[in-house]
Amino acid sequence: MTPALIVHRAGPGVTVQDLGRPGYLAFGLSRGGAADRLALAEGAALLSQDDGLAAIEMAGIGGEFEVTADMRIALTGAVMRATIDGSRIAWNGSHLLAAGQRLSIGAAESGSYGYLHLGGGVAAAERLAARSTHLAAGLDSVLSPGTRLATGPDRHPGAAGMTLDADPRFEGGTVRVVPSLQTEFFDPGEIARFEADEFRRDTRGNRMGARFLPGGEGYRNEAGLSVISEVIVPGDIQITGDGTPFVLLSECQTTGGYPRIGSVLPADLPRVAQAQAGARLKFRFVPLEEAVKVERLEQARRKGLRRALRPLIRDPRSMADLLSYQLISGATAGDDLERPLP
Amino acid sequence: MITPDATGGKGPYRAVFPQIRTVGTDGLLVSFAEDLSEPANHAALAFRAAIEAADLPGLLETSASLVSAYLRFDIGVTDHGAMWTMLEALLSSQDWTVAPLPGGRKLWRIPTVYGTDLAPQLEEAAAVAGLTPEEAIASISNARVRVQTIGFAPGMPYLGELPPDWAIPRQTELTGQVPAGGLCVAIRQLVLFPVDTPTGWRQIGQTAFPLFRPDEAEPFSLRPGDEAQFVPVPAAELAAMRNAPNGAATFEVLP
Repeated sequence: MTPALIVHRAGPGVTVQDLGRPGYLAFGLSRGGAADRLALAEGAALLSQDDGLAAIEMAGIGGEFEVTADMRIALTGAVMRATIDGSRIAWNGSHLLAAGQRLSIGAAESGSYGYLHLGGGVAAAERLAARSTHLAAGLDSVLSPGTRLATGPDRHPGAAGMTLDADPRFEGGTVRVVPSLQTEFFDPGEIARFEADEFRRDTRGNRMGARFLPGGEGYRNEAGLSVISEVIVPGDIQITGDGTPFVLLSECQTTGGYPRIGSVLPADLPRVAQAQAGARLKFRFVPLEEAVKVERLEQARRKGLRRALRPLIRDPRSMADLLSYQLISGATAGDDLERPLP
Repeated sequence: MITPDATGGKGPYRAVFPQIRTVGTDGLLVSFAEDLSEPANHAALAFRAAIEAADLPGLLETSASLVSAYLRFDIGVTDHGAMWTMLEALLSSQDWTVAPLPGGRKLWRIPTVYGTDLAPQLEEAAAVAGLTPEEAIASISNARVRVQTIGFAPGMPYLGELPPDWAIPRQTELTGQVPAGGLCVAIRQLVLFPVDTPTGWRQIGQTAFPLFRPDEAEPFSLRPGDEAQFVPVPAAELAAMRNAPNGAATFEVLP
């Protein structure tokens, strides 16, 4: 039988995600795919496999999982508390999960979307040439207890125990923006105010987009609500009727009538998607030429992530939660902590 | 190389059309007008088809909105300057506003329950348009409307153009939830929803027409350029329509 992952328990926003399905924009279906595409690249690097393989995206809270055959896993994105049979395992790392063991993943400690990657990837049936759940389009739905997900063939079984330094993107910060098709609907004073403002991530948001509350009053534009509906791309910053910006994410609608003040660089979009409610975010315009350079560098960097892998060394001095690790199997004399570690 | 205009879409606000603008980091948009018109809509559909046919190196995806054609390209393969130049050459090769509509268009006749508790805003929409509910049903159901674009949600058509009475605004407040198959009206257009959606458009009818069938060979029922008529049927027929192929809608291929 094909190895499978069994979902015993899942938070309310656990879905299968890959890089999405380009090619249907003209039919009103946005590309979709992982909210944090960098996390897919990091997971692929940790398992030395293709970043097009599907993983499990966990919005805010994880779940409890089991595998039917020994399997490699990796954890990326928003840091969540993870254990195997009660023993804490490192985030941003690859691990071995033996058949029958319980993998338990808790709530996000920072960030919004955590990812569970499986050796060989989730091999659920493709629909319209991809495996991504597209909630807004009704293409599959959130994972529920009892679900079994088949996995694909793993080319490097047994190769786990690696880590990499995740690109920090979980606490808000500054994101770069390019002017886009409707930036000129906003006068320079509004643009300057927008760049100087510090926004707070609202609690409202999902895979379609995230709302950001301005520090001061909302943003006005000349075109108002009379502007004709035009194409939307992920990253677009839509200014809604009350002047509040809404950054569109992976599952956004394909066209829209609210004017957009600019568009977040794809390289910085993970920072937007990962900002937790209350996180502070600033927007900084960069010229298109610079944005293209940034994107090319970022694409190359993501391809080369495997070179940044390090063995997952358990240095006790950096292990704040030492007691949660199962350092020695079986009974001990009870004086483990007094003795120097080998 | 990046065309000076491309560095941030610094073209004049009142632009000359056709107009090329940048979209995000890796897209360009060719617009044929500021507002919806038949020539601009024809041009957008035809120009998008021409971009697809031109087989431009690095092209990833295209779409057409009401008055514009969009393309996204791989910045690892090409750049804005090269794409911009190719678009300008394509633009100057013919008058796109007189281009014919796509071939193989269909005319759909879609059975529709107007009003009743299935479409509770018929009377309100009619009143805003200055019509009685009966006049409103006659006006909408006699109109042969065309799919001007597909967008917002999967397979969702914007259909027009309705008679001038229907130049009614969208509501400022959203309607809680219009069910899939709901027919809604505003600004001389009809929209038909593929999934349950909150909307600012007023719901005047209910159909059983499936717009998005992801597991079928043809996942999207409508294409830009197709035409439709929303034929009135009694509310009692809705259950049977839901079980009929295509929601009991029929089509003929237009010459």
